[in-house]
Parts: sequence; C-alpha cells; structure tokens
Amino acid sequence: MTNRTSLYQHHLDAGAKMVDFSGWEMPINYGSQIEEHTQVRTAAGVFDVSHMTVVDVSGVDAEAYLQRLLANDVARLDEVGRALYSGMLNDDGGVIDDLIVYRMTFGYRLVVNCATRVKDLRWMALQTTGFAVSVEERPGLGILAIHGPESIERVCAILSDCGREGESEAAAIRALGNFRGVELGDWFVARTGYTGEKGLEVILPTEQAPQLWEALLAGGVKPIGLGARDTLRLEAGMNLYGHDMDETVSPLSANMGFSIAWEPSKRDFGGRAALIAQRAELEEGRLPILTGVVLEERGVLREGQTLSCRDADGNELAQGVVTSGTFSPTLKHSIALVRVPTYTASCEVDMRGKAIPVRMVKPNFVRFGKKVFE
Amino acid sequence: MRANYASDNSEQPAPALPQRAKREEHNVSTIPDNCKFATSHEWVRIDEDGIATVGISDHAQDALGDIVFVDLPEVGATIHAKDEVAVVESVKAASDVYSPVSGEIVEINEELLDAPETVNSVPYDGGWFFKIRLEDAAELDELLDAEAYAEHCEGE
Repeated sequence: MTNRTSLYQHHLDAGAKMVDFSGWEMPINYGSQIEEHTQVRTAAGVFDVSHMTVVDVSGVDAEAYLQRLLANDVARLDEVGRALYSGMLNDDGGVIDDLIVYRMTFGYRLVVNCATRVKDLRWMALQTTGFAVSVEERPGLGILAIHGPESIERVCAILSDCGREGESEAAAIRALGNFRGVELGDWFVARTGYTGEKGLEVILPTEQAPQLWEALLAGGVKPIGLGARDTLRLEAGMNLYGHDMDETVSPLSANMGFSIAWEPSKRDFGGRAALIAQRAELEEGRLPILTGVVLEERGVLREGQTLSCRDADGNELAQGVVTSGTFSPTLKHSIALVRVPTYTASCEVDMRGKAIPVRMVKPNFVRFGKKVFE
Repeated sequence: MRANYASDNSEQPAPALPQRAKREEHNVSTIPDNCKFATSHEWVRIDEDGIATVGISDHAQDALGDIVFVDLPEVGATIHAKDEVAVVESVKAASDVYSPVSGEIVEINEELLDAPETVNSVPYDGGWFFKIRLEDAAELDELLDAEAYAEHCEGE
C-alpha cells in the first residue's frame, strides 16, 4: 500500500528524492537537506505534512472524552483556536502517541502521527464508551507547514493569489499568538510546528494544497523535505515518536512532564495511576530521563549508540542510549537526545568502539536560529 | 563503502542511478570511464607512476546525502585491499570506506576535513579521498569498469 499526497507531482517537479514513510511516498529532500534546514532557520520553507492524520472530535461530551483520553487537560483550551501538546497514554503510562489538539468551533481537532494512525484510531474508538462523542478521521484534509523567520509574511502576501480574502485573513493570521489558530472558511491556520522557528500550519482540503504550494513557491518560499524536518525538530529538542518514546516509555522518561496536567487531581485520564507510581520512581532516582548531549568535536551521534554514565561522585550507573542523534546544521556539530539514569552527571558515548566524552545540556539546542544552551 | 549507522526517521532510499540535477556545474552524473570501481562504491584511477587516486562514487554520495565529516588514513600507512581505511559521515549515516587496492598511502585530501561537502559536489574530482602507491597492479583486474559498475548500481 503506497499513499501519495495531493502534492506528489509537485514534489517530483521540485526535484525531490522520494522515500517510503510509513506507507506514504514523501520527499526526503530536494537536493540538499542542509541547505533546506538553513533556509528554514534564515528565511522561509514549506513542508508537505499531509501524511499526518487529522481527527475531529465533536459532540456534547467531547471535552470530557478528551479529558479522559489525554494526559494534558483540554480544559486549558479556554478559547477557540488555542492549541495544546499532549501524550495519549495506555493504562501502563506508556506513550501511545504524542499529538496536538486544537479547540475548534465544532469541538476539537487532533493531529496525530501517521506511523501510529491505525492504533491511535483504534484506541480513540475504544475510549468513546460512555461518551456522547463523534471521532472522525479527516483524510480529505492536508497540512502544509510554513516555517522560518519570514514565513508568516510570505503566507500573508500570497493569500489573495489563492482566491482568498487577502487583507482580512492576513490581519487575522498576523494577530495570532504562538500555539493559537484561526478558522478561515475551510482553512484552519495555526501558529504551531515542529522546527523551533516562527511559522504556521495550514490545514486545508487536499485539493486546495497544490494552489497554496504553487503560490508559496512563486512567493519565494522553498520546499523542505522530511530530512530537514528531522534535523530542525531535533535542534529544537522536540521528540519524535517511535524514537524518543513509545508505548514502553513513560512520558516522565521522555521529557514530556510539562504536558501532564496533574491538577485537578480528580481528573482520571488514561495512565494516571501508573504515572503516579512512575513519578515516585523518578523522585527516588529509579526512572531514566531524557536529556540532551552535544559532541563539539568531529563525529555524529546516532540513534542506538550506548552511553556509559556516571553520577557526580564518579560512580558508574546503568547504561544510557541515544534515542535521536544527528549533525546540527546550525551549530555545525553533533547533538542528540539521550535516555540516561536520573543522576547522570557525565557520560561517554560508544562510537565505533571508542568511548567519546559528550557534554550534557538541556535538551533544547536551537530556537529562532540561535544556540540556546550554555 | 558500508553504512554502519542510519539514524533518521526515513527508510534508507535505494535509488537507481541519480537522476536529479547536481548542485555544481560539474557534470558528474555520468560514470567516468577512466576509473575502476569496487562493488562497495569506491573508485580508483591510476594517475602516473603507479599512483592511484581513490574516492567514493557519485552513486554513493547521492545515497549518503549531505556529507558532514570525512576521516582519512595517515600518510605512510600500508594498507590492504578491502581494508577499512576511511570513514564518511553524512547527516543520515556513517559509512566505512574500503580501499579497492593494496599499497602505501602517499597523500590524503586534507581539504575534505574542512569542506566535506566537496564529496557531494565533485566526487570524481576535488572530492578524492587519498592517493596510494599500488603494490599489485593485478588487483585492478578484479574491479569493475564503468559499464559493469553502472549495472551493479542498477541491480542494488
């Protein structure tokens, strides 16, 4: 089974190298991944992420259902258009998926990963028992992400070329705060993304995606492949499902603690009981944590490499592992997310049989084009 | 050349011979017929006086993607054919580079240490890795010519 987005031919026309991505033929790059990465950090680029799964939730119990389904609390979405990042956990507190949920006029819109689509939809359907709620996948919607310091103005400049109310819609888009969106007819435009840069995600009917794509390219926005999307998200310290966490990993071991709404304590979300036990383990130093490391010399940290870890007194701890590693095009050296024992104070990575010291940093490497760690 | 780590979230693409336009003006999309090739995607070209230049093929650089580090052997080292003698790291993967022939390393391309992307842009020219004094010219007979190498790439 191979799926193609409505922009498949446009990708080929732009010189894309196409790869299989969870059953979708998607562009990995259009020539140079590093040039595309830099384009997003310094100007504006557009990603076709129409392979991602959009799920709309409506009905009188929509809020109560999502308060049960998600570790974060949709009650925090106090206005239509607001967005929230959340894990969807199993009863053991493992991460079934991570997602963005938007509050919409009709209810809620979730964007989940394409690789986990089948199990996500099955889990969401199972959880509807007892709730007056409709959970509907929206395969007719595509997503274009336009990111970079110039991205918002570039989008605003081409709205009328897409037959839209250019001035009023541009004003509505410019007025958006981070993690907020606005419904503009059959488009939903939000200040969310996966790059650590300012930018927009436009969710729109798939048949309209080519027109927007063409207008953006004509307006100087460059196409960006999924390769650069990965280096951009890793520089921003953002997790990738299936690499940095999965169903066997607690969100507390995946740097997702910020997305767990513990209060109100009476809210009984999926995985809560397990999480409470895991929180105690974390406090006792028995749960590993996800953090960042940098290698400022030559070499590239790679997923799966092991780390020998020591605490502040030099005692050897359990082994750690690189969950995502890459060369950072912005920093010109390697960065990685690693899962290590709680009290790890220093570590060395096993690279091709050699123990190479790496420096531990907060897992947020680049934001808005600039290095953010000390 | 053999990838020993692939780290990104994509499947390793298995392209036929690269068809997209190159970033440099040099036309490197054709396989030079003055080179011999190893099935592991290194090329070797006899320059003069039994000195051979070694690099990786255009097919190899295209499959690797943006190259960010190259580790080279030491001048003076004596190596055997099929030894791992260099490492090339791209954003996507680290790969060992094998010497197609035996002999003594007489020169390395130090420009690659600061400008590894040269391997992407001109793999058969400025992107060479090292020069080696051939020990046994008969080893060249075991390597593929341009035509056989093209077939080898298509069959991968």
